[in-house]
Amino acid sequence: MKPCTFEYYKPSSMEEALDLMHQYGGEAKILAGGQSLVPAMNFRLATPGILIDINGLQDLSYIKEHRKHGVLIGAMARYSELEKSDVVAKKCPLLHETIPYIAHPQIRNRGTMGGSLVHADPAAELPAVMLALDASLRLRNKDGERVVAITDFFTGMFGTAMKEDEILTEVAIPHMPKRYGFAFDEVSRRHGDYAMVGVAVSLNVDRKGRCEKGKIVFFSVGDAPVFAEKASQLLDKQNVSEELLENIANVASSEDIEPGSDIHASADYRRHLAKVLTKKTLKRAFDKALA
Amino acid sequence: MKISLTVNGQKYERDVEPRMLLSDFLRHDLELTGTHVGCEHGVCGACTVLLNGEAVRACIIFAVQVDGEELTTVEGIGNVDNLHPIQEAFREKHALQCGFCTPGFLMTLVPFLKENPDPSEHEIREALSGNLCRCTGYQNIVDAVKLAAKSLT
Ligand SMILES: Cc1cc2nc3c(=O)[nH]c(=O)nc-3n(C[C@H](O)[C@H](O)[C@H](O)COP(=O)(O)OP(=O)(O)OC[C@H]3O[C@@H](n4cnc5c(N)ncnc54)[C@H](O)[C@@H]3O)c2cc1C
Ligand code: FES
Ligand code: FES
Repeated sequence: MKPCTFEYYKPSSMEEALDLMHQYGGEAKILAGGQSLVPAMNFRLATPGILIDINGLQDLSYIKEHRKHGVLIGAMARYSELEKSDVVAKKCPLLHETIPYIAHPQIRNRGTMGGSLVHADPAAELPAVMLALDASLRLRNKDGERVVAITDFFTGMFGTAMKEDEILTEVAIPHMPKRYGFAFDEVSRRHGDYAMVGVAVSLNVDRKGRCEKGKIVFFSVGDAPVFAEKASQLLDKQNVSEELLENIANVASSEDIEPGSDIHASADYRRHLAKVLTKKTLKRAFDKALA
Repeated sequence: MKISLTVNGQKYERDVEPRMLLSDFLRHDLELTGTHVGCEHGVCGACTVLLNGEAVRACIIFAVQVDGEELTTVEGIGNVDNLHPIQEAFREKHALQCGFCTPGFLMTLVPFLKENPDPSEHEIREALSGNLCRCTGYQNIVDAVKLAAKSLT
């Protein structure tokens, strides 16, 4: 259970980090919180020849509000910093509600926003929440930068649209609309464990209480977070009712997802959980939006 | 690579390979064997230490990463003649049997009780969710935390 040998670099500026990524590309891995990478190295599931530790890049852990672009979060912002942030609590309440579900306090003191998204674990909370929030990601390499919509970012099991020499630098979460509601929930065997099924809901209503835009996103039900497209569309222009919730929960759990069976839960049980969680979270989200 | 760091108030300088885990560095290079190693992949919490006051897993941090930083291990919070109030509470409430998990629990609890001097049972259980104990069944550990919270205030 010891990692292979590697060369270690700790750049003190973004330019230096990008130069190193340019030089070593596929051979190198970014070391952020290390809470997924180092366990994988201990198991020798990952054997990078070079580690580029970006914990020295102090200006990458900001959490701030931008008038136009919403809440901007540096890739190195740690879960524990997000958890305590007033900006997140006020301007990004869905994210605020989610953080305590991620892992355990010791892991949250190290794990980062950027690491969670790039790692792209289909059972992870943040990728799903960022999908529900329509976030966009800023990626940099030596040649420049590009902004990728979260909807184009995840490409399957642990897969992302990142190029070998790119570093994720920032996540932008758009401002909440008026009359906004949200909810997060998951079912896991023990608090802090990876969920068997989880769901994030983000919606807003018009003056008459009809849903204007709603997103339901699942995780732990496939090889990437799943936007429940059919079910989310059924929200369009609807007032909340028991019937609506029942119908959407049915569609979401039977048509939008194709969960698998594993030692943690059977596919049927996952569908059942997805249904129950969808109803509960949608109800809560509507209640908040209408309050 | 050369690193210098402070552990339990004492300065150390050592030469380490990048792949040296912080847990192994503490145990083998500094001979601070109070930090235990259970799973070595971040799951059991036995290796929990404080990095600049915050609880972290020493088995998934490299020693080179803590160059210039300040660490506290279980050796730094009390000793046989002068137990930390949380240690005292563990003894009092029989919160350990084999003791393998205990250093990790203690190091998780030191910052937790500082931030939450009067925690509910639910908060206590959540705070301890990242530490595994194969012996006690946790109940006595929770009782010890309640007692420690009282004696610390
Ligand atoms: C016991 C335990 C329980 C856990 N439970 C959960 C849980 O319930 N839910 C959950 O979501 N996660 C859980 N995790 C994982 C944790 O959330 C990780 O912190 C997270 O997945 C990765 O973030 P990191 O900052 O630690 O990234 P690292 O481990 O440092 O990196 C992960 C990957 O992303 C790459 N990377 C990181 N940052 C960047 C960047 N800015 N640009 C480019 N590439 C980058 C790295 O090269 C690596 O490939 C758990 C971990 C442990 C050990
Ligand atoms: S030994 Fe570090 S968490 Fe188990
Ligand atoms: S006392 Fe034996 S593992 Fe906890």
